[in-house]
Amino acid sequence: SVNPDLGSERQTASFSVERLTALLDGGAEQTRIRRAVVDAIESDPVFSRENQYFQTQNERYEAAVRKAVHLQKKMHEMGWTENGPEYKYIYRALSGDVAFLLHRVFMRSISVLGSDTQIAKWIPLATQHKLIGSYAQTELGHGTYLQGLETTAVFDTATQEFILNTPKISAMKWWPGDMGRSATHTVVFAQLYIHGKCYGIHPFIVQIRSLQDHSLCPGITAGDIGPKMNFEHIDNGYLLLKNVRIPRENMLSKFCEVRPDGTYVRQGSQKINYFTMTTVRISLIADEVLTPLMKACTIAVRYSVVRRQSKLKPGEEEAKILDYQTQQEKLLPQLAAAYAFHFVNDYLQELFNRGYREIQRKNFDMLPELHALSSGFKAVITQHCTAGVEICLRACGGHGYSMLSGLPSLYTKILASCIYEGENTILLLQTARFLIKCFMAASAGQPVPPSVTYLAAVKHGKCPAKNKLDFLSPDIYTEAYQHVAVRLTSNTAAKLQDLIQSGVKKHDAWNQCTVQLVQAAKAHCHYIAVKNFAETVEKLETKAGIQKIMKHLCDLFALHGIFSNTGAFLHDGYTSAAQMDMVTASYLDLLAVIRKDAVPLVDAFDFTDKSLNSALGSSDGQVYQRLYEWAQKSPTNQMSPAYERYLKPLLHNTLSKL
Amino acid sequence: AAAMSVNADLRRERAAATFQPELLTHILDGGPERTRRRKEIEALVLNDPDFQHEDLNFLSRSQRYEQAIRKSSLMVMKLREYGIADPEEIYWFKSFVHRGRPEPLDLHLGMFLPTLLTQATPEQQDRFFMPAWNLEIIGTYAQTEMGHGTHLRGLETTATYDPSTQEFILNSPTVTSIKWWPGGLGKTSNHAIVLAQLYTQGQCKGLHAFIVPIRQLGTHEPLPGITVGDIGPKFGYDEMDNGYLKMDNFRIPRENMLMKYAQVEPDGTYVKPVSDKLTYGTMVFIRSLIVGDSARSLSRACTIAIRYSAVRHQSELKPGEPEPQILDYQTQQYKLFPLLATAYAFHFVGAYIKDTYHRISGDISTGDLSELPELHALTAGLKAFTSWTANAGIEECRMACGGHGYSRCSGIPDIYVTFTPSCTYEGENTVMMLQTARFLMKSYTQVTSGQKVTGMVSYLNDLSRQRIQPQHVAARTVTVRINDPTSLVEAYKSRAARLVESAAKNLQAELNHRKSKEDAWNRTSVDLVRASEAHCHYVVVKLFTAKLAEVSAAAVRAVLTDLCLLYALFGISRNAGDFLQAGILTSAQITQVNQHVKELLAVIRPNAVALVDSFDFHDVHLGSVLGRYDGNVYENMFEWAKKSPLNKTQVHESFHKHLKPMQAKL
Repeated sequence: SVNPDLGSERQTASFSVERLTALLDGGAEQTRIRRAVVDAIESDPVFSRENQYFQTQNERYEAAVRKAVHLQKKMHEMGWTENGPEYKYIYRALSGDVAFLLHRVFMRSISVLGSDTQIAKWIPLATQHKLIGSYAQTELGHGTYLQGLETTAVFDTATQEFILNTPKISAMKWWPGDMGRSATHTVVFAQLYIHGKCYGIHPFIVQIRSLQDHSLCPGITAGDIGPKMNFEHIDNGYLLLKNVRIPRENMLSKFCEVRPDGTYVRQGSQKINYFTMTTVRISLIADEVLTPLMKACTIAVRYSVVRRQSKLKPGEEEAKILDYQTQQEKLLPQLAAAYAFHFVNDYLQELFNRGYREIQRKNFDMLPELHALSSGFKAVITQHCTAGVEICLRACGGHGYSMLSGLPSLYTKILASCIYEGENTILLLQTARFLIKCFMAASAGQPVPPSVTYLAAVKHGKCPAKNKLDFLSPDIYTEAYQHVAVRLTSNTAAKLQDLIQSGVKKHDAWNQCTVQLVQAAKAHCHYIAVKNFAETVEKLETKAGIQKIMKHLCDLFALHGIFSNTGAFLHDGYTSAAQMDMVTASYLDLLAVIRKDAVPLVDAFDFTDKSLNSALGSSDGQVYQRLYEWAQKSPTNQMSPAYERYLKPLLHNTLSKL
Repeated sequence: AAAMSVNADLRRERAAATFQPELLTHILDGGPERTRRRKEIEALVLNDPDFQHEDLNFLSRSQRYEQAIRKSSLMVMKLREYGIADPEEIYWFKSFVHRGRPEPLDLHLGMFLPTLLTQATPEQQDRFFMPAWNLEIIGTYAQTEMGHGTHLRGLETTATYDPSTQEFILNSPTVTSIKWWPGGLGKTSNHAIVLAQLYTQGQCKGLHAFIVPIRQLGTHEPLPGITVGDIGPKFGYDEMDNGYLKMDNFRIPRENMLMKYAQVEPDGTYVKPVSDKLTYGTMVFIRSLIVGDSARSLSRACTIAIRYSAVRHQSELKPGEPEPQILDYQTQQYKLFPLLATAYAFHFVGAYIKDTYHRISGDISTGDLSELPELHALTAGLKAFTSWTANAGIEECRMACGGHGYSRCSGIPDIYVTFTPSCTYEGENTVMMLQTARFLMKSYTQVTSGQKVTGMVSYLNDLSRQRIQPQHVAARTVTVRINDPTSLVEAYKSRAARLVESAAKNLQAELNHRKSKEDAWNRTSVDLVRASEAHCHYVVVKLFTAKLAEVSAAAVRAVLTDLCLLYALFGISRNAGDFLQAGILTSAQITQVNQHVKELLAVIRPNAVALVDSFDFHDVHLGSVLGRYDGNVYENMFEWAKKSPLNKTQVHESFHKHLKPMQAKL
């Protein structure tokens, strides 16, 4: 039965939850397909995550391998294919708890970087799992700076082979997933040397384990890199190469080739490759970043209406903790951010589809903008959502700290997204480089890409809001965000120029401005997120209360951003002190409004109990019963040798001798 | 790993420092003698083969619990053998044995024994204290229930007195009333001090403490009527068997109620306690420990991140030059140095509270409690302020270490998961901030009604003089000199005053609109928390600044002054809105502040490694491959990884179980 404290929250929803779910899915048909996939996966016991919190690293790894193998069978059985509409929901349904994810990256890199002959040779083998691939780029000493990689591949004309080496400890490949225990092959990135000359980083297919007995190939040392904060199910690995010889044909050669005589030939444009890398950053947002935040919000919001603590009014029952303004102020902005970034993701997907079509027509004009947006938003969204999950965790008090709440593992997983596929600070600086360039171009009257045309229109007005209700007008707050973004970009550009004019070298000037540059990039992304949310709301159907509640969330997202960064808006007097008080008042009023719909808003994310895997967040709200039942399954409640070995002698007078 | 020489980068860093780290270490420890004694105890533990063990990262939770129990029992014996009895020295010893982690006897030593001493009658002490001292009785303190933590009055466990047998009947009447979380309860303890609602003669007399045996002496099996166990895996605290306890009509003799204060007579007559102000003192003491913990945990994370950033080289700053140390990037300095300054600030705040507590404790015995309410309110807020900041700071340090920070070998994940519960326990942080706010509102009301307030809130007295002006208090222009810590203290003071006043006015406005005081309070609570934060921030800046005058060595004072300035200016930069909105600083001044922050980063840069060396964490205590004193990071990461459980066999069993059959089939 449903806990009445949770049930009552659903009685008063101001909008249709089902319709909002369909909106999030991109249509009712998509919702249907997603639910069918989730149902098929969750009803299969092999995919169960029931005891996950009690498993060791070895057990988690084994389960992930078992699931990956079983998934092949399941897909065949269900008639799901890699190009079918179901495919994108499988990973979400598994909550990512499956091995061989790098196998797909291995295949993609061959498809993108390999010649037609190489594709014809390797892709069928990989598809049939005759081999298991990984992707070995990062080294112990190098991640961000690819040119600095130290692994070498020396071409030997005599035998027509490359000789691969990791010449020092810091050159060891470190972190690649699936490589510690599973992979038989991997794409190794190494510095190519021909006749003593270095040609830079190139990709090579290297077999690392026997296809017969899985033992390591000669010259190979490989293993697992040890326990991490999460991803216990993935065998992130290390790889040492000592004079490992591979045939000339194993260098992926779509763009560069080494001829038998050692001649180095470049061919074709690498721009498509560049586009692919950019796409990866966008593709992780939905599953790796938004889903965890949405799950965390679901758990924290539901728990906050079940948990009662202290009294708001004397003589009354203890209040639901979600009725405390401070609790609302922690959770509701995270909920608004989840929606805001969901719509940003839609926007980026659409932009990328358009970019892809242009690139097919050999038009690469959109690339710089796509690159800047994907870098900036990857950084801003991962950082914002990671912080959001942690806020949800801590908002659940002591019980949030239990693994059984599901929150610690959501947190430790999402936070890795701030590092992989580009470290966030580096990415923001890339966006900033684009902004500065566009700002200079715009100032000189040259055309700039659509997302940055606003930089040209520098206005020196003041915020026109007269009362707190004015701050619920998207025009007012969007313009405030725009103003801040323009100011930070133009100030930084000016500062850079000043430094350079005063004789500072360009790169030194750049390093001296990086803190400001990062702020400008963030402000740019924040502005686009707010603007996009406001525009999305405008286009929504007015029926079933959807537009109204989304408008509230959009307002909250925007005002929370101002409230938590007032300095940026007050600086240069664009917003006055009195107006800032209006912002605060409107913002706090909104919390109380959205509070009423908090549970329906998380219900609309439509996570099953199994996918939440949380004793606090289940849809029936039977929090305490479930905590108690789950705790009893803990292995620590089985017989422990600690009593016989240590406690018993301790309790039996060992000490009374003293 | 074999003995290796110190990494060249770290050697260079240390040679370039402008001050002697030992001198700063002495300041942090409270004098060279304290440093000597700390290192003596450290050596006692670290050279003792009994306290050696495998890296905990590779052990299961049950194994980690087992190791902890083993070490804890040895620890108790050796503490007595060595005659270590000073609380701070015990704390050091324990911290070295368990490397900063909690352990299963924490609650026995830290709560069960002290509670017996303060709340048991002499007769009860005779019965329980010596057995507990000798660990025949191991106890815990069972207060928190599944459904209640913050709101103690809401606890549901009942103890009903039965005069016919002269027993209390203990019950956990609902699922939510199950005791949940107490450390050492799950597997270790055979007794618990249970907090329950006392019922006698048909009336509820509120919460009282009872000594409840829960496991059979001898077999350690749970007693009939007792359901007890471990609450399962947590984010951290793997060594600790946080437990649950459910009682069904469990009877204990009347004499097991702790009756030094309140009493139940044989016929069931309830005798009220004389009011007991001493509990205030205990809370202040525990919260002062958390402030110190915030400082230490953040210091450990900074040590790791800064040493690693001096060893790690990446990308290029100047075309054609070798890859620079990542610590040379402004963005990296901007992440780490303000945290380093914060760690120092919190050390001094922790020391201040501890000293003040000891001073006032002296006063308590002589009967002067006048300062206690303020100290109590202040420590609540500072506990929250420092633990929130440190919690976020530890994560920033980890992020600043990139991918390797995510590995358990970095040690930062462990610091984080061990530290983060302090935002919740001993008073949930938001609730703590609101307690401080209550004191601030009370002080504000006093000031507006013409009374004077003293202590840290005395800046509110200035408000009354400002009242004639319609403008905010801080609108009087303070000339802020951004190079002068004393002047920055004034700026923080104005900010606190303005936010306290603003919260008070909003509260009053809500009161004018609504009937209920509680409702108005709730609707102002976001403002109130901000006011408390500003107040605490002011106190931290003030105490850090005050500390500078006490430092005699010029070189040390100079570097601490840089840190103090960075702490204060960075805080202004981060909270620029507050200073702008109140008219304390102009936009132009904020721009100067931002610029000065960046200049200070460059000034502190040469001393960064020496400043973390001064924290003087032993490698074993630091538990980090990235943060090793010798900087030999990569070699040791490899050595560490080889010990991973997944590497136990060359070919993992999953290959035979799953991979091979799949490959055969396809």
